[in-house]
Amino acid sequence: MPVESVFPRLEALLPHVQKPIQYVGGELNSTVKPWDECDVRWALMYPDAYEVGLPNQGVMILYEVLNEREGVLAERTYSVWPDLEELMREHEVPQFTVDSHRPVKAFDVFGLSFSTELGYTNMLTALDLAGIPLDSKDRTIDDPIVLAGGHAAFNPEPIADFIDCAVIGDGEQAVLEITEIIRAWKAEGRPGGREELLFRLAKTGGVYVPAFYDVEYLPDGRIGRVVPNKSGVPWRVSKHTVMDLDEWPYPKQPLVPLAETVHERMSVEIFRGCTRGCRFCQAGMITRPVRERSITGIGEMVDKGLKATGFEEVGLLSLSSADHTEIGDIAKGLADRYEEDKIGLSLPSTRVDAFNVDLANELTRNGRRSGLTFAPEGGSERMRKVINKMVSEEDLIRTVATAYGNGWRQVKLYFMCGLPTETDEDVLQIGDMAVNVIAKGREVSGSNDIRCTVSIGGFVPKPHTPFQWAPQLSAEETDARLAKLRDKIRGDKKYGRSIGFRYHDGKPGIVEGLLSRGDRRIGSVIRAVYEDGGRFDGWREHFSYDRWMKCAEQTLPEQGVDVAWYTTRERTYEEVLPWDHLDSGLDKDWLWEDWQDALDETEVEDCRWTPCFDCGVCPQMDTSIQIGPTGKKLLPLSVVK
Amino acid sequence: MQRIRLRYTKRGRLRFTSHRDFQRAFERALRRAEVPMAYSAGFTPHPKVSYANAAPTGTGSEAEYLEIQLAEVREVEQLRKLLDESLPAGLDITDAVEARTSSFAERLEASVWELRLDGVEPADAERAVAAFLAAEQVDVQRRTKNGLRTFDARGAVIRLEARDAAADRPGDGPCAILRLVVRHATPAVRPDDVLSGLRATADLAPPVPAAVTRLAQGLLDEESGTVTDPLAPDRDAAPAFPTTAAGPSPAGGAQVPEGSA
Ligand code: B12
Ligand code: SF4
Repeated sequence: MPVESVFPRLEALLPHVQKPIQYVGGELNSTVKPWDECDVRWALMYPDAYEVGLPNQGVMILYEVLNEREGVLAERTYSVWPDLEELMREHEVPQFTVDSHRPVKAFDVFGLSFSTELGYTNMLTALDLAGIPLDSKDRTIDDPIVLAGGHAAFNPEPIADFIDCAVIGDGEQAVLEITEIIRAWKAEGRPGGREELLFRLAKTGGVYVPAFYDVEYLPDGRIGRVVPNKSGVPWRVSKHTVMDLDEWPYPKQPLVPLAETVHERMSVEIFRGCTRGCRFCQAGMITRPVRERSITGIGEMVDKGLKATGFEEVGLLSLSSADHTEIGDIAKGLADRYEEDKIGLSLPSTRVDAFNVDLANELTRNGRRSGLTFAPEGGSERMRKVINKMVSEEDLIRTVATAYGNGWRQVKLYFMCGLPTETDEDVLQIGDMAVNVIAKGREVSGSNDIRCTVSIGGFVPKPHTPFQWAPQLSAEETDARLAKLRDKIRGDKKYGRSIGFRYHDGKPGIVEGLLSRGDRRIGSVIRAVYEDGGRFDGWREHFSYDRWMKCAEQTLPEQGVDVAWYTTRERTYEEVLPWDHLDSGLDKDWLWEDWQDALDETEVEDCRWTPCFDCGVCPQMDTSIQIGPTGKKLLPLSVVK
Repeated sequence: MQRIRLRYTKRGRLRFTSHRDFQRAFERALRRAEVPMAYSAGFTPHPKVSYANAAPTGTGSEAEYLEIQLAEVREVEQLRKLLDESLPAGLDITDAVEARTSSFAERLEASVWELRLDGVEPADAERAVAAFLAAEQVDVQRRTKNGLRTFDARGAVIRLEARDAAADRPGDGPCAILRLVVRHATPAVRPDDVLSGLRATADLAPPVPAAVTRLAQGLLDEESGTVTDPLAPDRDAAPAFPTTAAGPSPAGGAQVPEGSA
């Protein structure tokens, strides 16, 4: 059945909207496959504006992996800004893909990538614009399967009413398995309708179908248990882990947009996972174990990717890039190779040590040394023990001294406010640290023209971390604490004017906290916010705390809970957490012990270099750490002129 | 140093590319095609590219121009092909010549535009055109950075004709096509300004936005109202023998393209 492009109708609206180029597709390296020659069709969405969504690696990878398959097609769709949304509603233009402008409703799967919970209201907008019922239970055989993935999908309960299924963990192999199941079901003539398809997916143990689980609540509002309501559906759903990154060198042909986007560079993931064990870090916990891409694999991806895109900058991505066992050789090898070509190299490095400064020097060999960023996260030594970010103040000072001594002019320090057990005093020590940094910097650089910027945001406890039980600090207390720190820094006569202070107020963090650790009852709040006009919650100019609170007050009390219950309440060991049936591999008892260690200010080591500390992931998931060194060197490629 | 002048298009859906977007895409294409560009001096060196008179976002074009400076000499047609392949389809490089004359920008005296007015009866369009042309002056307003500005849209219009598009696509609804020749002046009179003028003089109000395409830019022949290829003088100035490079041609220029007219 041919599906018509909505482009002619969309085109008439484009002259009336901001930045129309974001809606037309046609990016370099994009793919349009013939609709009728494919039997499984995916619409992939990053539920944020094109400028944020296009550079997303997760979507780019899945788009390519799927399109490489014969008979399978994947197209992309992003959130439309309110100006176009209004026109689309008026002229009845449905949510469309940018590749060939087909209506999203015509696809077999509508896959959404949630790197943050703040995309939930945008999902509802897209579903509604697509003409797909918001509630999973109201969908028919003519609607696509709505599938959530990405980090936020590790607790999909708040959106359980709206999605048909969720996948946790790496998507590369998972999307291919799902494709095969759909292909077979379609070939058989779609027996049993949607329910049968979802059941086949659920039976694999790797696809979570919320409708097949009942949640029972205790009289006090806590969850009693979560039980499958259909035989053959597993009690727990496990995460997916890609084991050999060298076998998955995606994206091979990164998309190059015409519109300006937030991330204009070629990114290569140099490893997945992180075992430093920072207790606040959901990404580190849910992506274990560490799996490195080899130095030669990285070299090849950079070479091919640059040729395919023409980008001027390469970003070496991972959760803690300086931790790659061969990072020194990689950095030097790439800097040598691209010395002549004016290619910039960057490495989102967060570890505080002198080695990182050496690396940064290597990467900026030919360029300007503007700013270096470090993330001590906690202001006091005590706080850093609680969060397991093992950096001493001496280390930090030594590191920044090296940085300023090497010609860097600006150092940025990232912190969090509202960490468990934190007091005003812990946060005020951030001010002392900044002063010491500037004092040392002036000393080694012999100049007053250096700066240090303190950037601080509210801590949000996340599922599948040792802090999943922790009380979140209220918005008022967060703001009060930050105000004290600001006054302290501004009040410093001698150093204050060299210290920049950037902070996020506590309110957005409360909404993020509500969505992160919420359960199915939060769905009513998300729906109410969406219906009240809530969109683009990751954008300051669109986000409305008051709207979220108003909607929460409308829908939560009748269910016996409220915002504080989800956010500032501490959980106990016995409590069934909404995401307990989603298996990230981490052993719940190990997480609990780690939480107790945090409260006792006891640190744990990184399992890459010390014995396994039994977090549970490797045996549970039948995976293992994969790290070098391989001992290989990056050969400089002969540059063909 | 070799300087090359290129003609490029903004076709189909890529007509929504803004000039800034095009610049970024073009500079990436230069890298992909491994063009040995000359760079500006300074702390953040930029490849030397000069753009002329870009069409507004949302209008298509068959005739945009730019000039690049190379650090090494390249065969022009091969370079054109490489660059064309390195840009997304729709942004196409359709012509290239080596620069052998000066003041290229001044040769872009006028543009030829085509405006496709879907849903407009050709007879109505003809009547509006006649009224517009009969006027001495047609004041229109445009919103600029400094607020609403009023200026004459008639003076710069050299030619304006309406015809019926039905011949191209029988069966569809009514559609009129305007062909417009406009002298580049300050303030620039754009196709939208002429549309505003048609609305002001004859109440012509297309039900959907006009699809506008620039067909040509170049030297204006006032008499006939025609616009000629601005790259022709460079082609004509091509030396008979590759080694006798004349004028501001490359110093070490061994490869010079054939003058194809
Ligand atoms: C590059 C980057 C950015 C860039 C680009 C973002 C973008 N558009 O992609 C910028 C600088 C803009 C950015 C911004 C932010 N980021 Co960021 N970012 C990263 C970084 C370094 C890499 C992300 C990445 O590409 N990963 C690799 C890809 C392949 O992984 P993936 O997206 O998870 O996809 C895989 C799976 O999840 C799955 N999958 C994904 N989608 C789907 C969909 C389906 C249907 C399926 C089946 C599977 C699936 O398959 C993929 C392949 O295996 C990560 C750290 C990291 N290494 O992950 C942080 C990270 C994701 N960012 C983070 C944060 C907090 C932010 C911000 C909120 C920061 C802020 N306060 O403003 C914003 C949010 C922006 C937004 N609205 O999305 C956190 C997320 C924290 C969390 N979840 O607990 C991370 C993990 C960093 C950290 N250690 O804290 N970020
Ligand atoms: S170093 Fe810490 S914060 Fe960074 S990814 Fe690893 S665990 Fe998370």
